[in-house]
Amino acid sequence: MEPRGARRVAMQAGLLFALLAGVLFAAFPVFWMATSSFKTNPEIFELPPRVITEHFSFDAYWSILSNPVDVRFFVNSYIVALSVTILTLVVAIQAGYAFSRFQFPFKRTLNIVIVSVQAVPPITLLIPYFGLIVSLGLYNTYPALILTYMVFTLSYAIIMTTGYFNTLPRELDEAVKVDGGGPMMALWRILVPLSIPGLVSVGIYTFMIAWNEYLFALTLTRTEDMRTVPIGIQLLMGQHSYRWNEMMAMSILGSLPVLVLFLVFQRYFIGGLTTGAVKN
Amino acid sequence: MMNVVDAAPRQTLWRGLTRQAAGPAGRRLEPYAFLSPTLVILLILMLWPIGSVIRYSVMNNVILEKAPVFVGVANYVGIVTSPDFWVAVRNTSFFTAVSVIAHLVLGMAFALMLNNSLLGPLAKAVFRALFILPWLFTVAVIAVLWRLLLNPNGVINYVLQGAGLMDIKVEWLANPSMALYAVTLINIWSGYPFYMMSLLAGLQGISSDLYEAARVDGAGAFQRFTHVTIPQLRPIIVSIALLDVIFTTQQFALIWLTTGGGPINVTEMLSTFTYKLAFNQYEFSVASASAVIVLVLSMVLAFFYVRSQRMAD
Repeated sequence: MEPRGARRVAMQAGLLFALLAGVLFAAFPVFWMATSSFKTNPEIFELPPRVITEHFSFDAYWSILSNPVDVRFFVNSYIVALSVTILTLVVAIQAGYAFSRFQFPFKRTLNIVIVSVQAVPPITLLIPYFGLIVSLGLYNTYPALILTYMVFTLSYAIIMTTGYFNTLPRELDEAVKVDGGGPMMALWRILVPLSIPGLVSVGIYTFMIAWNEYLFALTLTRTEDMRTVPIGIQLLMGQHSYRWNEMMAMSILGSLPVLVLFLVFQRYFIGGLTTGAVKN
Repeated sequence: MMNVVDAAPRQTLWRGLTRQAAGPAGRRLEPYAFLSPTLVILLILMLWPIGSVIRYSVMNNVILEKAPVFVGVANYVGIVTSPDFWVAVRNTSFFTAVSVIAHLVLGMAFALMLNNSLLGPLAKAVFRALFILPWLFTVAVIAVLWRLLLNPNGVINYVLQGAGLMDIKVEWLANPSMALYAVTLINIWSGYPFYMMSLLAGLQGISSDLYEAARVDGAGAFQRFTHVTIPQLRPIIVSIALLDVIFTTQQFALIWLTTGGGPINVTEMLSTFTYKLAFNQYEFSVASASAVIVLVLSMVLAFFYVRSQRMAD
């Protein structure tokens, strides 16, 4: 048994080494970003680099949060991302219901269109969007971003909601019909409440796409008061390329919603899967 | 099987709708009423714009000119005879090929580590959360973060110099012979967690009987990997790699925020090339021709993707 034990120890040591190398690769950049946000600017490129410096402070965060221009980036991002999420869910729930519960001509064609939409390059749409948004008088407004983001959030959301509705038995719809309710009632009173865990994860994923979008925000808005967080980070980079601590603080603040949602997302996603498993 | 955060929905991205509903047929127009918001959005924001960009690409000086004239394929000829376009094609190919291969190798390595039976449940959860970190940051954050790390006076140069691997400070993102490698490295870092999660879900779904049978047949660890693991994961590998190719060839923000396609044009991609034609040089017609070429490329890849999915089903 002795060699086997030794081999096991060697394997454990090898695995531990590989895991730590992985952590270094995956997490060190993030760790460095976090610690840099607490440094003063001269300390950022100090040699040798240090993790904790004597001037450890939250000053960089304070200067972002007390600057109305920077705060506006966050407000804009929240307005746009929340609007996109709500609108996407409302539209996708109805489309998902149609796909899950009805047979109709061109269903298959429409299905292929919705699936293919995801592969259309944003850069291809950008030029016509620019013309369209300008001619609609929406250039540099929230609706310009909300509408264009929905093109990319919608197809994913429809596919997912269709999948969730497909797991719910049709007898539920029948029961509503027996009670004299129409399809609207079956959808909003029965299917939607039962699909909440799935819809929450669709919503969170939609929020993340909208929160992170860069190309359309760059091109379809112009003034500082309409810019979103990703553009705000870029603007900070351009104007004050030397204020690294503020750039890192802004990056951390800009990542917080997604980091927080990730934890919620994880829980809800597993929740949604287990309810599905019980039904099967 | 699927205690996975994001991988599972991304994998089902293209499926889900294909299953036919078998319920009672409603009144004829009812489904279209439910679909009308979707149809309106697709019409205005997808079909019409694609029609426009194709129309722009055969006209002269659209958007800026009041009365553009039809010029046929002149804009396309302009694009494919431009050396800059072929530089962008070459860079995009390198960037995509290296990224996809590295994503696959790293994603597999991380997934295998996390799937190892030597790891307890708590350790597994902790390492999984740490390994997935790069996926949680938006591209603007990834760009500034790596600009900090790769700064000539930054921590990466310090470590490499300290280890004796370099004797000068390299300007990773500003050095013409380094910049393409640097942006590819950043893209590798930001993209592997998606593979890791997808492959981990796949690994957890492989029956242990298969490994037992292979062991009985005298297969070693490496043979079990090549003869059981890889064939079992093949559908997942094909589908995520194709998705990755589609999205990596379209990558814009990461390049734009780190190098802007420079220095000179060593990191110019098809996306930045097209963007600059339109919004820096206001050559909207030529840019549209380039945008249509990118679209056709993506659609060809999407076709293979959908076909691979159908075969997997």
